Amino acid sequence: MRPDDRKYTKSHEWVKIDGDTALIGITDFAVAELCNGNEGDLVYCDLPDTGRMLDQGETFGEIESVKAVSDLNTPLPGEVMEINPEIEDHLEILSTDPWDKGWMVRIKHSAATADGLLSAAEYDAFTAEAAH
Amino acid sequence: MTSDTLQQTPLHDVHVALGARMIDFGGWHMPVQYGPILDEVQCVRSTCGLFDLGHMGRFHVVGPDAIKFVDTVATNFCAKIPVGAIRYSLFCLENGNPIDDVLLYREEQDVFIVVNAGNRERDLAHLQAHAKGFDCEVRDLSYEQDMIALQGQNSVEILKRVVEGCDVGAIKYYRFDFGTLCGIPNVRISRTGYTGEDGFELYFAPSESARVWNALLEAGKDLGLQPIGLGARDTLRLEAGMPLYGHEIDDNHNPIEAGLEFGISFKEEKGDWLGRAALEAVKANPKQALVGIKTDGKRVPREGYKLMSGDAEVGYVVSGSVSPTVNSNIGAAYVTLGHETPGQELDMLIRDKRQSCTVVSLPFYSRTRK
Repeated sequence: MRPDDRKYTKSHEWVKIDGDTALIGITDFAVAELCNGNEGDLVYCDLPDTGRMLDQGETFGEIESVKAVSDLNTPLPGEVMEINPEIEDHLEILSTDPWDKGWMVRIKHSAATADGLLSAAEYDAFTAEAAH
Repeated sequence: MTSDTLQQTPLHDVHVALGARMIDFGGWHMPVQYGPILDEVQCVRSTCGLFDLGHMGRFHVVGPDAIKFVDTVATNFCAKIPVGAIRYSLFCLENGNPIDDVLLYREEQDVFIVVNAGNRERDLAHLQAHAKGFDCEVRDLSYEQDMIALQGQNSVEILKRVVEGCDVGAIKYYRFDFGTLCGIPNVRISRTGYTGEDGFELYFAPSESARVWNALLEAGKDLGLQPIGLGARDTLRLEAGMPLYGHEIDDNHNPIEAGLEFGISFKEEKGDWLGRAALEAVKANPKQALVGIKTDGKRVPREGYKLMSGDAEVGYVVSGSVSPTVNSNIGAAYVTLGHETPGQELDMLIRDKRQSCTVVSLPFYSRTRK
């Protein structure tokens, strides 16, 4: 099972709440869909400027592989506090460690709860379905 | 559409067993890649690759009027194609826009035609409707004959090992012949392809597909032969400057502005054909041109991105790819006339950001012009 210290979206982002801030990244499933296990297939990740206000579900960036571009959508609303500076030059960390080193943005979230998001078990079931 | 409702080629299970990543392509469940796409591109450029093309449509127009009929619906001059030769052509509507681009194989009396997977049914209905009044019949052989392609500089050497009764090395580019392939007699062998490399396309009974596929992979093992998916195929054709229906050309993009005049005959003797008048008008007064674009930035050109010259929108991208052969990110784009000169600098608009790109002439890659 995937880490259960965080919530998931059906568009394959995760959010890990830490007090009033939250880290956002994408799941191993999203990375596999983009690059099929070939980390060299990832070519670019576009992340937002700090200070940007995001509504829940808003597209905050894009990730691009050799064959496709996917939107990055925020699971929670809030203000972008920080982006992971390692990602631009080291896209491979999304493949090797999507859960910790591969975080993308830290937001100051303004949602009271993470309602509507999936638990690790629910996300596992969702991806098992999607893989068929 | 789920994978349950997609059509499968005779090699479908072979791809799955090889661990291919499968996608929906034109209503078919097809391998997009077996390994890294860029490695597959390099494999075809440096040695040889094997492609399942079972999804493509194969027609036979047979009967005394076959050639005469084809000349009323195809843009190229079928009657002037030498017997045994193959020509690129398009089927256009009255407005000059194509419903498909195809290869015509000229036989003594009949014409064998290869069409795109996603357009097969529309093509068939179109041809059958227009064939009324001609003494010929349009047959869909797609499920009676399978199709695979062997592409790359080692193709001749590999094919020789499994073909008898035909000197495959003597078949000239864009010509076809028949030979015995892996013991199967009367297999159509054409020196054609969609990669910009030397190579062959092979047509035989679907019941033999898995055996032929495996025999070719075995025969080409020491010469670098690998199975290649549709992802690499798209990059290979783009590098070679070849159009893909639905991108460079479609219901809204005519073949003149796409630079495909080599596949169109305005000769008087061809007589009238569907789309002729409209395409003559476009030729006299084109508005835009298909060009190559190349960018040193990280973003890859993608279909739909706008091209800007300062504040003016002057074009849009129709195809794009990372190109390991050119070692840059490349695309094909339409630009309004005045911006098509190679060396022209433009900006590609990606959401709200810009990345500069340069207009270059097509193709990006030619094996004969290095």
